[in-house]
Amino acid sequence: MPHLDFTALLHGQFRDWLLSGFLFSLQLAALTLVLALPLATGIALLRLAPSRLAKAIGFAYVEGVRSVPLLVHMLFWYFGAPEALPVALKAWLYTGNIEAISAIVALSTYTAAYMSEDIRSGLRAVPRAQFEAARALGFTFMASMRLLILPQAVRITVPPLISQTLNLWKNTSIATVIGVAELMYQAQRVESASFRGFETFAIVTGAYLCISLLITALAWLFQQRYPVRVAS
Amino acid sequence: MIELIDTYWLYFLLGQYPHGPLGGLALTIVLASLGLLLALPLGLLLGLARFSPLPWLRLPVTGLVFVVRGTPLLMVVFWAYFFLPSITGQKTEQFSTMLAALVLFDAAYLAEIVRAGLQALPKGQMAAARSLGMSHGQALRLILLPQALRPMLPSLVNQFVSTIKETSLGTIIGLSELSFIATAINNQVLVKPLQVYGILALSYFILCFGLARLAYALEARIK
Repeated sequence: MPHLDFTALLHGQFRDWLLSGFLFSLQLAALTLVLALPLATGIALLRLAPSRLAKAIGFAYVEGVRSVPLLVHMLFWYFGAPEALPVALKAWLYTGNIEAISAIVALSTYTAAYMSEDIRSGLRAVPRAQFEAARALGFTFMASMRLLILPQAVRITVPPLISQTLNLWKNTSIATVIGVAELMYQAQRVESASFRGFETFAIVTGAYLCISLLITALAWLFQQRYPVRVAS
Repeated sequence: MIELIDTYWLYFLLGQYPHGPLGGLALTIVLASLGLLLALPLGLLLGLARFSPLPWLRLPVTGLVFVVRGTPLLMVVFWAYFFLPSITGQKTEQFSTMLAALVLFDAAYLAEIVRAGLQALPKGQMAAARSLGMSHGQALRLILLPQALRPMLPSLVNQFVSTIKETSLGTIIGLSELSFIATAINNQVLVKPLQVYGILALSYFILCFGLARLAYALEARIK
């Protein structure tokens, strides 16, 4: 076993790199979560809507996105998609942080596909008779969803959504493939500059684990505080 | 588009084979199959250890499973890349590195499926088997596992789909699987990234969606 020395990594430049990577990963995950949740809800509603066309669109989205690895989504949105844009828009995008934008688009669309399935099964767990009763009392589709089905479905849906957030947190690491300066990217950078591979990876693994542990604890707390309760 | 496919289809499917190492779609499938096949026995063992009444067996394995499930696969790949050479004493090639990472990662997930399957069975089953004089091992082998593992079959196909998607991370350590080959093609052609990565996505879609439908059909048949 080689001699371990963490001091070099916990001071100066290397610490700053790792810390900025960690914060950037957190930002990526948070921003993606904010974008993915409404998208996922929309898709779940499409799949439950009475129209066959809407159902088909929702199904195609979920299956299409889930059947392709996230890494390929990243490559596609970073290298492929900008080519299809008008020149002016493309030029404007390249003046900004195009890597981060591509990564957020890829992560949001990917995460939304998984989350929409959790939302859909949460909505379906509420007995259908309640929905029919609401419609019979004159509520519209949207009103019965908003006032009756959603409030009950939230308790069922939140725990799997939290576990999708855990997956999202781990998935941010794949953004390193298109050069987004998140934690994994900074880990590789520190490793090759400091030659302290073991120590670097130990610190970074610890950082990933901390947030994973936090998210797991959150899921547990939610289930204690708001146990599933469905009127049958 | 047609020209692109016409020039590169063999490279896309097989990599440099037969003039070099196997790559492309073939390598992706070989890697995923081998990964899942090796992860199965390990996952079963880890799952049983998680279910064990012996704390010295249960606790370390619980810790290991938690650590692996709480870290990104890419981190596990880097650990394998870094650690394997210091264990084996020689430089490990990308294929073994990726395979080792996949086996460990998938085994940790399978372990949880096995454990959940065992815990979903009525508690009385283990108690009844034990009171009939069976040992813990016999009760598991003869009574609990056969019931717990059968509903796992469709989720195994889904696990295979996940493993295929996970192999794409091999790109990052330079393993010439499907995504790596597509990137190499893109670097040669330069002007058609949309088409190259579109075809790449479509290939994964056909493979994974086909398998997911198979799992769905299997599930319907079992029920």
